[in-house]
Amino acid sequence: MQHVSPVREPLVTSGKTYHDVTQDICYQVEAAPNVRWMGALAVALVLLGVFFYSVYRTLWYGIGEWGLNKTIGWAWDITNFVWWVGIGHAGTLISAVLLLFRQKWRSSINRAAEAMTIFAVICAAMFPVLHMGRPWLAFYVFPLQNTLGSLWANFNSPLLWDVFAISTYFTVSLVFWYTGLVPDFATIRDRAKGKIAKVSYSLLSFGWTGSAKHWSRYETVSLILAGVSTPLVLSVHTIVSMDFATSVVPGWHTTIFPPYFVAGAIFSGFAMVLTLMLITRVVFKLEDYITLEHIALMNKIMMTTGSIVGVAYITEFFIAWYSQVEYEQYCFINRATGPYWWAYASMMTCNVITPQLVWFRRVRYSILLTFILSIIVNIGMWFERFVIIVSSLHRDYLPSSWAMFSPTSIDVGVYVGTIGLFFTLFLLFAKFFPVINMAEVKTILKYTVNDGPTYGGTNDGSQSASRRNSPTPYSTPGVPASAPVNYDKHD
Amino acid sequence: MKYWKGIEELDNSPEFAKNAFAEFPDFLPVKESRAGDAEDTSVAPRRDFLKLMGFGVAAATLAACEAPVRKAIPYLNKPEEVDPTISNFYASTYFTGSDYNAVLVKNRDGRPIKLEGNPESPVTRGGLSARAQAAILSLYDGGRLQHFMAKGKKVDFEEADRAIRAGLNSATGKITIVSPTIISPSTKRAIAAFAGSHRNVEHVMYDVNSASGLLQANGGVLPAYDFSRANVIVSLGADFLGTWISPVEYSRQYITNRKVRSDGPAKPTMSRHYQFETALSLSGSNADIRVPVKPSQMAAVVLALYGAIVGGGAVPTLTPAINEKIKTAAAELQNNRGASLVVAGSNDPAVQSLVAAINQSLGNVGTTVDLTNPSYVRQGDDARMAQFVRDLNNGAISAVFFYNANPVYNHPLGAQIKAGIAKAALSVSLNDRLDETGSLCQYQTPDSHWLESWNDYEPKRGFLSLAQPAITPIFKTRQGQESFLRWAGSNETYYNFLKAGWRNVLGANGFQAAWDKAVHDGVATGTALAVAPAFSSPVIGAAEAVSRLRNVTAAPAGTVELALYEKVGIGEGGVEANNPFLQELPDPISKATWGNYVAVPRAMAVANKWEQGDVLSVSAAGVAKPLNLPVLIQPGQADGTVSIAVGYGRMMAGRVGDNVGENAFPFAQVGKDGIVYTNAVTLKATGANSPIAQTQTHHTIMDRREVVQENTLAKYRENPKEVTEYERIATPEGLEKPSKVSLWQDYQYNDHHWGMAIDLNSCIGCGSCVIGCQTENNIAVVGKQQVINRREMHWMRIDRYYSSNAHKSDFDEKGKLDTYAAMEDPSDNPQVVFQPMLCQHCNHAPCETVCPVLATTHSSEGLNQMTYNRCVGTRYCANNCPYKVRRFNWFSYYSNEKFEDVNGHMFTDLGRMVLNPDVTVRARGVMEKCSFCVQRIQLGKLEAKKQKRRPLDGEVVAACAQSCPTEAILFGDMRDPSSRISKLLKREDGERAFHVLDSINVQPNVTYLTKIRNVEQSAFFPEEKPA
Repeated sequence: MQHVSPVREPLVTSGKTYHDVTQDICYQVEAAPNVRWMGALAVALVLLGVFFYSVYRTLWYGIGEWGLNKTIGWAWDITNFVWWVGIGHAGTLISAVLLLFRQKWRSSINRAAEAMTIFAVICAAMFPVLHMGRPWLAFYVFPLQNTLGSLWANFNSPLLWDVFAISTYFTVSLVFWYTGLVPDFATIRDRAKGKIAKVSYSLLSFGWTGSAKHWSRYETVSLILAGVSTPLVLSVHTIVSMDFATSVVPGWHTTIFPPYFVAGAIFSGFAMVLTLMLITRVVFKLEDYITLEHIALMNKIMMTTGSIVGVAYITEFFIAWYSQVEYEQYCFINRATGPYWWAYASMMTCNVITPQLVWFRRVRYSILLTFILSIIVNIGMWFERFVIIVSSLHRDYLPSSWAMFSPTSIDVGVYVGTIGLFFTLFLLFAKFFPVINMAEVKTILKYTVNDGPTYGGTNDGSQSASRRNSPTPYSTPGVPASAPVNYDKHD
Repeated sequence: MKYWKGIEELDNSPEFAKNAFAEFPDFLPVKESRAGDAEDTSVAPRRDFLKLMGFGVAAATLAACEAPVRKAIPYLNKPEEVDPTISNFYASTYFTGSDYNAVLVKNRDGRPIKLEGNPESPVTRGGLSARAQAAILSLYDGGRLQHFMAKGKKVDFEEADRAIRAGLNSATGKITIVSPTIISPSTKRAIAAFAGSHRNVEHVMYDVNSASGLLQANGGVLPAYDFSRANVIVSLGADFLGTWISPVEYSRQYITNRKVRSDGPAKPTMSRHYQFETALSLSGSNADIRVPVKPSQMAAVVLALYGAIVGGGAVPTLTPAINEKIKTAAAELQNNRGASLVVAGSNDPAVQSLVAAINQSLGNVGTTVDLTNPSYVRQGDDARMAQFVRDLNNGAISAVFFYNANPVYNHPLGAQIKAGIAKAALSVSLNDRLDETGSLCQYQTPDSHWLESWNDYEPKRGFLSLAQPAITPIFKTRQGQESFLRWAGSNETYYNFLKAGWRNVLGANGFQAAWDKAVHDGVATGTALAVAPAFSSPVIGAAEAVSRLRNVTAAPAGTVELALYEKVGIGEGGVEANNPFLQELPDPISKATWGNYVAVPRAMAVANKWEQGDVLSVSAAGVAKPLNLPVLIQPGQADGTVSIAVGYGRMMAGRVGDNVGENAFPFAQVGKDGIVYTNAVTLKATGANSPIAQTQTHHTIMDRREVVQENTLAKYRENPKEVTEYERIATPEGLEKPSKVSLWQDYQYNDHHWGMAIDLNSCIGCGSCVIGCQTENNIAVVGKQQVINRREMHWMRIDRYYSSNAHKSDFDEKGKLDTYAAMEDPSDNPQVVFQPMLCQHCNHAPCETVCPVLATTHSSEGLNQMTYNRCVGTRYCANNCPYKVRRFNWFSYYSNEKFEDVNGHMFTDLGRMVLNPDVTVRARGVMEKCSFCVQRIQLGKLEAKKQKRRPLDGEVVAACAQSCPTEAILFGDMRDPSSRISKLLKREDGERAFHVLDSINVQPNVTYLTKIRNVEQSAFFPEEKPA
């Protein structure tokens, strides 16, 4: 029997046993793909096709296929880049920061959130490469040895910092994610029936046996990586914000950008995690693992970061007024009242006003409203980047160069295409990888000693209703065999 | 010397001659198999077969090994003067029926690649118009006719000559040569020689931008004007800085009285320039006081001015505002008797007579108006042209020659000419292409390009100049003059013919030396043209002119008056129409490229609810085809009027020029006194929309004094140290210069420190530098759609700002938001300022720090350099450039088929000849920008180094500075204390010298000099309103 705390809401509901956890999660990997998944993948693949077509046009004919011009050198490309990087933030935050803060509720969402991070960073990384006029020479940004004499990377350039920040972030996130996957791959490997599945998951699980030594190393590595990742949560978006903050463009040249961007990134990241989780829990029937409590907690974080962002927006206006700098003042007046006022209004509505609805408990706990809210925030955060980039560039110093930006179908295609790429990767992940960290979820199941952990018996691939409901469950006193003992983590 | 191949060649027997040039002998000695010869059939044919096959295979193999024909063939003997990669300059002359420019042709490896102004010329004095700058590209225009044609078939010279001579001999009626103004004495002699050898030859000259009225009013001569001696200039619709008669010459004169400096012996002065005009022209935008008037009011304005100066009766009805301006103008004119000038652009002889009378009365004749040494650049007689059209249609003309004339397109009676050409038994076109007129002729004998030709010119009496071929004719074309000589039965080359004529000019004594010098200098003094009046029509007396103008009935209220005008770039739409440089040269005022439009005043657009880009159907009585053109809201356009540029709507100009805009020439009216370039039109919205390709879409300065500084002459005279508002930044020690505080280490410039100074007072905005830069630096043309997308590639652009009625001083009263919104709208009759903008070569360049790959770096001589090979194209530098001067290669402009029409010269071997080999053609995906013409700097340094000295000041000149007709741009070494730029900066420091956007402390190497206006109040930065 699962122990139910009299004060806390259970993190996993419906009295799941260890076996149920294994069973519920492996089921998605082992069973034949369901129709909804296939439908979703088909849509994602179509969008991926759009991506390939748009990228082909961009690479074959040039960046001129986009709507950029001599005044506005970045628009959708970097907007999308920052947007995707921001989305990627939640994964690391959930897996690393919340791990360090011992927020147990993270266990059921961290896997998907980390996956989301990695895929979002992959999507984000498309843009710095694609937005280059000559992407085939992208390797010039690496400080490689070359035969060109003194030519080397320019360490003054924030774009170069980006290269390091993003690649470090991606590497650490990937390793962290993968480390967490190893025990779960081993579980799937052990249950696998097909030859290909067996071989593949054997390879993926790196010979994991579940020995105490393995668990001990696993825990240590997780902690170290969590420690390494935590500053990255701050550094990546700080550095991305420096692309703007170190420039001379009014509206970009702002010292508030690093904290503002980090808050915004967490904001949008949580919104995206929510969007994905809400879909995943329905598609894969994981309502017991991703509970309303999770949703409410994430809503709170979203609202908090959203409010931080809101304060930052207002601070910018204050500083513009306070600085008495002509260009700065005009930039912000133009943002709010100029030709792109609608983008600014969308941003304000979506990012500052709408999240305040979370103050209402009913909104916080409503799946539908949360889903809508998360989408709104995603849209709002896209507009935030668009506003920062385009509305600052389009009217800067010399009025003679003022211009407007309008996207082409290829601009839209690349953006929508990366969404296709993201969902293709995410759906493949959701089908072939354990979408919830079984090993960690098992640590948060609460048992009295005598009610003890349960083994599932033979692996017949089905969830036997009779066994779950049987009046005499397996009752083995002592330490569970396959559940990790993590005394630190026990409440 | 010749080496014989063998004794046979020396003998040169018929048999040898027969075989000498055949690669193989006729046959191989193969034994034929003969029927019935059974023994041999089995053996000999097989062996023969093998022999044949062996030889065949070997021959085929050898043939296959033959190296492909290389296009670059090395010289066997080095021609004198030609060194590979070393450019030579040859003096020549550009004149295409409108403006005259003495040029130097830069020849590199045997091909002309650039034109520069010829500083030896006393007329244009080193300046060059945008059109002349772009003319180099027309030499390699693939749209030129590449051979002679007879009745649609390609023929050689002799065949064409035979047929034409036969046609001439059988001509019974008149033989007419139609040409634009010819200022070449030798060409006139050649035509005279032609006329002498046939009966009934007449030569009709007509000008597309006719000055018939001006000629008639002055007894057949075009007065030479001297704007430099005028303290007061009143122009009645004459765009003398842009398109009127001789703009480069006038600009140069005009600007001498506009430049100011505070260290002169006396207080600085400036001329005062009044402009009464309909459309905002280049001259109007430079005027101190500009008054918009309707074309129908122009007669009244002239009468009023005449009345005020000479005296003469009732002042006609005009608005009080105009009357007041006329009164002040008249008063100032009278205060400057003998040092003032009134000019008029009208083609009405009555108007011009009164203007002549006004100048006479003011004592300007002999000072600013010279009638004894007149100008020759307009000789066209509208009446004779009209007579020609009648003759052509009633069959009186049996042979017609169009000598670089395309009247079917550019004459208001074009349709009648089109119908009449077939009535002439012989029609010949010497036009350089198969254009609207030429294609209707039976014979096409294309003239060579002027860069392939010898010629002479006399733009003004006493000033001669020469053109010499800078390349052999590229196509099978022949100089028109030589054609006329042939048809006159002479076999003399035009060169000898011309040289013989010059004996009379230079004198027989020491002719060769004088001739050599003339060819070398390109210019000479002396005269060869007769002053004989070309006009039979009598001069209209002032009294008669007054009564005629009094009788001009005012247009009924509500009439929309159309004023036709010429663009500074496209001009009359001749060879210029197929020149993509000129099509993409932004109009100095509207900044529109690629096509014409209907310029309407804001009030009219508002009243009719027209938005910019709405297509209107423009029709007029008697004009067959209405024009469908988009609306452009033009500040300064007179109320109740619209303006449309001529020179567009070509149908047979070539790939570039066809179907760009619409042809407005039919809207000009042929009056009894000549062509009238106005009309009454009806405008109807069609509901369609066609965006106008403008390179600048925001038009006001938004009160950003840091960008453009200007002040009044009065203030400058009072205290030159107060005309420029220097930005200060707050520091703990109080307000300081922005450069006082810096995070950066300064660069050390040990050798040179290149810099530029741009005098906003001198810049008239003509755009010559833009094209000069484009030809020098192989800048791609991107076409209309890409200009609409705001992606033009010009490294040098001219920002044009209109003044607005709203100012920051309204903040308190009207609120910030409303004021900023109002500041976006230009005034209805704004003041205009031009600001050439190019890479500022900042010492603390924001672009340099942000490039991740170090593709843009600072040189040890202060240049901001682009390393194209290193550039990966992040465009971060462009975003971070406060001046927005960086240009990105969005496409492969040299290979993407989308650009083949507009940038075709980078696609063909022929067109690529124009490219400057010293400058890389930039690949797709890289950033580019002004390099301060680093190739010219390197050349200058190299030349100096060879002579073991430092480059002298003035030896290294950027292309824009070289081209500028008003010397607004000064380039030089700021490290050299004796250079002009060092002295200038020292002199103007604290007075007029300022850096654009000084407060962001990027420390540009380009310095601007504050514009000084001879007005009471600057409309851009009015003095604070008294409380």
